[in-house]
Amino acid sequence: MTDPTTVTFASLEQRQDRIIGVLTGTRRSDRLRKTREAIIVAVLFLAALVSIATTIGIIYTLGIETYNFFRRVSIIDFLTDTQWTPLFTEKHFGIWPLLVGTLIVSTIAMAVSLPLGLLAAIGLAEYAPPRLARVIKPILEVLAGIPTVVYGYFALLFVTPLLQRFIPQLEVFNALSAGLVMGIMILPLVASLSEDAMRAVPQSLREGAYALGATRLEVVWRVVVPSSLSGIVAAFILAVSRAVGETMIVAIAMGQVPRLTFNPLVAMEAMTAYIVQVSLGDTPHGTLEYQTIFAVGTTLFVITMALNLLSYRFLKRFREVYE
Amino acid sequence: MADPIAALTNAQAARAEAATHVSESAATRMDVEKLSAFYGGFQALAEITFPIHPGAVTAVIGPSGCGKSTFIRCLNRLHELTPGARVTGSVRLGGVDIYQPEIDPARVRQLVGMVFQKPNPFPTLSIYDNVLAGVRLHRPRISRTEADEIAERSLRAAALWDEVKDKLKAPGSSLSGGQQQRLCIARALAVEPLVLLMDEPTSALDPIATYRIEELIWELKQRYTIVIVTHNMQQAARIADYVAFLLSDEDRTGRLIEFDTAQRIFTNPKRRETEDYITGKIG
Repeated sequence: MTDPTTVTFASLEQRQDRIIGVLTGTRRSDRLRKTREAIIVAVLFLAALVSIATTIGIIYTLGIETYNFFRRVSIIDFLTDTQWTPLFTEKHFGIWPLLVGTLIVSTIAMAVSLPLGLLAAIGLAEYAPPRLARVIKPILEVLAGIPTVVYGYFALLFVTPLLQRFIPQLEVFNALSAGLVMGIMILPLVASLSEDAMRAVPQSLREGAYALGATRLEVVWRVVVPSSLSGIVAAFILAVSRAVGETMIVAIAMGQVPRLTFNPLVAMEAMTAYIVQVSLGDTPHGTLEYQTIFAVGTTLFVITMALNLLSYRFLKRFREVYE
Repeated sequence: MADPIAALTNAQAARAEAATHVSESAATRMDVEKLSAFYGGFQALAEITFPIHPGAVTAVIGPSGCGKSTFIRCLNRLHELTPGARVTGSVRLGGVDIYQPEIDPARVRQLVGMVFQKPNPFPTLSIYDNVLAGVRLHRPRISRTEADEIAERSLRAAALWDEVKDKLKAPGSSLSGGQQQRLCIARALAVEPLVLLMDEPTSALDPIATYRIEELIWELKQRYTIVIVTHNMQQAARIADYVAFLLSDEDRTGRLIEFDTAQRIFTNPKRRETEDYITGKIG
């Protein structure tokens, strides 16, 4: 109908009409889309709320019972007494035996997992050919999937008898084998997070070092490790937090003797193991003995929380460097 | 002349020798012969042959993907760090083939320094320690006074001293992009290389920072042999004495189209492709 060689443009009025039509028009599909968006937002919000509500619930329960505990036991005693005998007739409520127990076993665990984890991470990130790394990393991560109760019995029934051949005075329950096995359990966490941190170091930094005549070992130790240090520290702190909170291994293999000692060869008790011990017994609700586990739980909570926050801060600093 | 292989494995001796021959010395000349580079089964460069003259700036130009960066990375054996990458042919530095099996690539890189496209100062080190990073690799027990001396000399050579002399302890990453790039140049110079490779050193910088780096290259060629990769023709025209023009063929393999003095490349190229590229018809 029109000559195809002439191009006709919409008039100004037509264009204005179209703008107004598009901007103000409401279609059924528009409304449907908006409802769907609103539902999705609500579902997501609820999902987030569940975890927040749980946290608040835990803090609330811990808080109430801990408050009740400290109404009957002075916090000074709790922090200065060196004996923990709430289940005996002569009761003492000093947290130190449990705290030191946890400290010793975590220290041993970190002494195993930090060097091994770091070396594993370096091997995976810097030395292993990509194809090999793709095979080894999942194998390493299988270690993290083994139930901790298995690790516990592994420590009690395999590692302890093995160690007793070399250290005859080693008790059946002891912090040493619990710590060693816990170290192996945490190793994949340290290795995996450290490896991620090292992989995040830009290739350009490695090349910069190579271009100055650095060998591969020098590139790793002088550039990659220092550049990813805050990421590695974050991994390390997270691993400590995991060790402090670990329950089954210490409950099974370390013993339930709350004594204040720094000797890892004898039975001790960790904070988590104490909570298990009381929970498994028939301590009536509301008694002082019952409340002790909340006081111990709060102590544990405060420690792991502080460690996690610290780890988060290091991670944040690490990210800032490479943004 | 001392045994050239011994010279390569003993950087100190090579430097001493190079110093006595100044810029005309054959020790700072490089000869690229039938150089081919591969990434796995892909051939990125085919049979590149041309000389790199001492005390001059050689620019490698060509459109994106023609293998310029791969080429320059073959000159200090950085190419082989990429998994699956390999090289055939030879690159001679002062007559010594740097691809001989008995030569340690780390030694080659002491003699052939490099500056990258994006400034890459070590983020955990101060300005001072960045400059000395390479020196400390090779001489861990360097004295404080000597270290100070090298840092100042290198920063002056990179035209950065006046801007940073009061904040040598500040992190290298606190500098501006152009300053960071000059810091990287200082870091490379501190190792006292014979040849300086620059892989698009100004492509991440603003015009003023670019101008300062170009000025610096002009000064540095009095003492170093410089190879610069650039996609910027005006830059090549401004700073280069010699120009190598690379172009990739239908298999995306980079080939040398023409090598000549900058003047002839830009005023009277022999090959049609070169003319098309420098006049902006391709690329």
